[in-house]
Amino acid sequence: MTNCKMDTMGRVNLAIVGAGPAGMAAARQAVDVGLKVVLLDEQPRVGGQIYRNVTRAAYSHGEALGQDYVSGLKLAEAVQHRQITHKSKAAVWSIEPGCVHYRDQSGMGVVNADHVLLATGAIERPMPLKGWTLPGVMTAGAAQIMLKQSAVAPRQAVLVGSGPLLYLVAVQLLRAGCPPSALVETQLGRDKRRAIQYWRGALAGWRYLRQGLDLMIELRNAGIRRFEGAHDLVLLGENRVESVHFRSGGRLREIGCDTVLLHHGVIPNIHATKAAGIGHHWSPRRQAFAPNVDQWGQSDINQLWIAGDNAGITGAVGSALSGSIAALGIAGALGSLTQSERDMRARPLLAKRAKEFKFRSFIERAFPPYKQALLPDDSVPICRCEEVTAGEIRSALAHGQGAGPNQIKAYTRVGMGRCQGRICGTTVSRLIAEAQGTSVGEIEHFKIRPPLRPVTLGALASLHDPEDPLEQVGIHD
Amino acid sequence: MDTDIAIVGGGLVGLAVAWGLLKLGQRVTVIDGADTTLSASRGNFGLVWVQGKGTRAPAYARWSQHAAGLWSGFASELQDATGIDLELQQDGGLDLHFSEDSLQEWVSKYEGLRDALGGDYPYEVLRGDDLRREEPEIGPKVVGGILHQQDGHVNPLRLLRALDGVVRNNGARVMTGANVETITKPDGFRLTLEDGATVTAGKVVLAAGLGSAKLGRELGFLAPVTPERGQILITEKLPKLIRRPSLIARQVGSGGVQIGATNETVGLNDDVTIKGIAQLASEAVAAYPILAQAQLLRSWGALRVMTPDGLPIYAESETMPGAYLITCHSGVTLASTHALLLPAWLVKNSKLRDLEVFGETRFAV
Amino acid sequence: MKPDSRFERLEQDVVLVPVRFDGQDYALPEGANLAAALMAEGVDVFRKTRRHREWRGPYCLMGVCFECIVKIGDETRQACLEEVQAGMEIMRHDELQDGHNGAR
Repeated sequence: MTNCKMDTMGRVNLAIVGAGPAGMAAARQAVDVGLKVVLLDEQPRVGGQIYRNVTRAAYSHGEALGQDYVSGLKLAEAVQHRQITHKSKAAVWSIEPGCVHYRDQSGMGVVNADHVLLATGAIERPMPLKGWTLPGVMTAGAAQIMLKQSAVAPRQAVLVGSGPLLYLVAVQLLRAGCPPSALVETQLGRDKRRAIQYWRGALAGWRYLRQGLDLMIELRNAGIRRFEGAHDLVLLGENRVESVHFRSGGRLREIGCDTVLLHHGVIPNIHATKAAGIGHHWSPRRQAFAPNVDQWGQSDINQLWIAGDNAGITGAVGSALSGSIAALGIAGALGSLTQSERDMRARPLLAKRAKEFKFRSFIERAFPPYKQALLPDDSVPICRCEEVTAGEIRSALAHGQGAGPNQIKAYTRVGMGRCQGRICGTTVSRLIAEAQGTSVGEIEHFKIRPPLRPVTLGALASLHDPEDPLEQVGIHD
Repeated sequence: MDTDIAIVGGGLVGLAVAWGLLKLGQRVTVIDGADTTLSASRGNFGLVWVQGKGTRAPAYARWSQHAAGLWSGFASELQDATGIDLELQQDGGLDLHFSEDSLQEWVSKYEGLRDALGGDYPYEVLRGDDLRREEPEIGPKVVGGILHQQDGHVNPLRLLRALDGVVRNNGARVMTGANVETITKPDGFRLTLEDGATVTAGKVVLAAGLGSAKLGRELGFLAPVTPERGQILITEKLPKLIRRPSLIARQVGSGGVQIGATNETVGLNDDVTIKGIAQLASEAVAAYPILAQAQLLRSWGALRVMTPDGLPIYAESETMPGAYLITCHSGVTLASTHALLLPAWLVKNSKLRDLEVFGETRFAV
Repeated sequence: MKPDSRFERLEQDVVLVPVRFDGQDYALPEGANLAAALMAEGVDVFRKTRRHREWRGPYCLMGVCFECIVKIGDETRQACLEEVQAGMEIMRHDELQDGHNGAR
């Protein structure tokens, strides 16, 4: 796309999409080396998902949410800077080199910038199971967001899946006075033993490990039930979730509940990077697609940069480091820093980030995704919007309909709904790989187009300039 | 021979022709491209449309009318064979105008065409209350519309799926994700794919859209096809607002309003542009003001396969007899004729009666 | 009758404002996240699907899944991206009621 209208505020050096740890750190680092920055985010306040509402909740219930959360205050305060324009409640719906289009309460807006940094974070890996579309089934992250932003906690949730976030949310709920009724964990004991081979990574993150152990002790002391190696998971209920069924330790189990919190890892939120036309690759270790970036976060499209979990999961600390590193890279590209200045400042940050990466590789092995949700049973809906099941995809593929996700989309409507394939995209590519007996890396991902966020036709029409119509050839014939 | 007829291109054109050939007892192999191929069939608007076509070439107007007339029979047969509801509606379609001048300009073109076609060109001009009675949501900026009785619309993705299904069920071999690299004619035709595999065939039909340009020249065609970009929008599902399709918008079976399309010459680029989608939104809201509140769900771009005069090409190669080129930018409208009329020409080597006008000789200087 | 909530409110000193959801009156914390505030009041179902007519409620709460869509006035909005304002008129979203039965 090439049509960037000029905004009244004039051009800035850097537009950052997403005010989580990466976006906030990048903004501050950028102004510290003299750049003019606009920071756009959909939420009313900075923080992203991990530090959601931190400028308020850190004070009101910081104890329940924990020290790591409260530490986000430092970043949030650092972006209160007169060279940083924070556009809150701004839904970015189109991104291209040179400009970012957004919609906020006053209508449509555009930011013109020399460079654009995409810091759109992670999403929780979708966990398609039988019954996952029932009301009352949410992600663990959703419960955490409710706690952070709204001080609301589910009374007797069952947490299902794997990963450190599962324990963290369980403890946060416990401390908030709403202990979960059980943790149903899908990882196997042997996953952890296998992960021990990556002890260097574990060592690099010893602080996290100790915290993790503390969390588990806290859960044990509170008498919260844990089931390991759970499989054949099914969520049942009439119009809402009523129970979790699974096998664990060779036995069939059932737990009654009205809230289920699913989690089996986080993956890069690639919606914005795909829509911007940036190239992506499949990471077999992370079991996720990620955009192609160099160590600075420069993508394969000029003037478009990526930092934080959407470039590959690094966690909050690693994301903040990536944000700072990208800001230095951008300052270098703009000539605000010489190459040696840039490199000197970046060196310690890069070293610290390398440690975070090492720890991630340990975590990824200790808590692999739940296999039966990666390639779900035929009856499981994988596209929540258009209500398309894994079986319908498999059947279309078995009939030879479609060599890839874009063809399969045209045939089955998978990915055509409101979420634009955010939830089902990776599963679709995986099902195609399964049918073709190849790796997911050989399969394309959906092509994504604007609008990234919903806009009304009226709002979109307001961008049309009758004095400057589109160049068109004859409409008829 | 692996097959009687190899069809290069598994879009609406190739599949429609394949179905017709199967019904004539031919063994057919359809070779379709990769997932990211610039496929017009996955991106089109879905009109079964007569008006506006062939204002300078009455034979094309006639051919489009013929296709529209065959459509309901074609659709029922396809629906019966596959169980897929194509959502065909042929109660007429509108061309809306925002100025009296442009309305008059088109009316006079249609008057000329009606004369050239011996009076068989059923349209009427609607204004004011007459227009709003037909389409209550049309806004005040619209001065009038031309209602052509033979126009209509269909669900183009279901059409593609149904054709794909019927062709497979009738025994065609359909290869997907396969790109034809070269075609030679040592004895019969030999098609060599990207991965080195070959398909031998008695005849070959090029229905590869923009991909026909390169392969076409190897087979002795001029194949003067070029891309023309159309950007299209679709809204969230809405209550019934639009009764008949227009060139600006049509409401699909599930309730979404599809808005389109631009006509841009930008090469092999199927991106959407802010300028393009903003202009489409602006036209749609001007025509149907109630759409201002509707949310845009998706946008996409697709490339029409254009010839210099906009007319289809139906031609057999002079230098390599048995090789045929079929291309058009109205794969939906003409699907009926492609399935019902062209196969006899391909099989029997008979002259294509009344359709010589669509041969390639018209481009020879 | 409003259903019981499966959620616990941890903060009590909030300013409540009136909103209507599907014809029922609710008092929700001003400025709160709309999806969370409705769930805290016992609302679990936000929309009904078109194809299988299933009830759905919030899943991700971060704008990704679009399961929490509702009608606010005439516009479809994601409840998890809205803040509670006094006087909001909200309806459950029904893709079929909103759509129609097809062209034929």
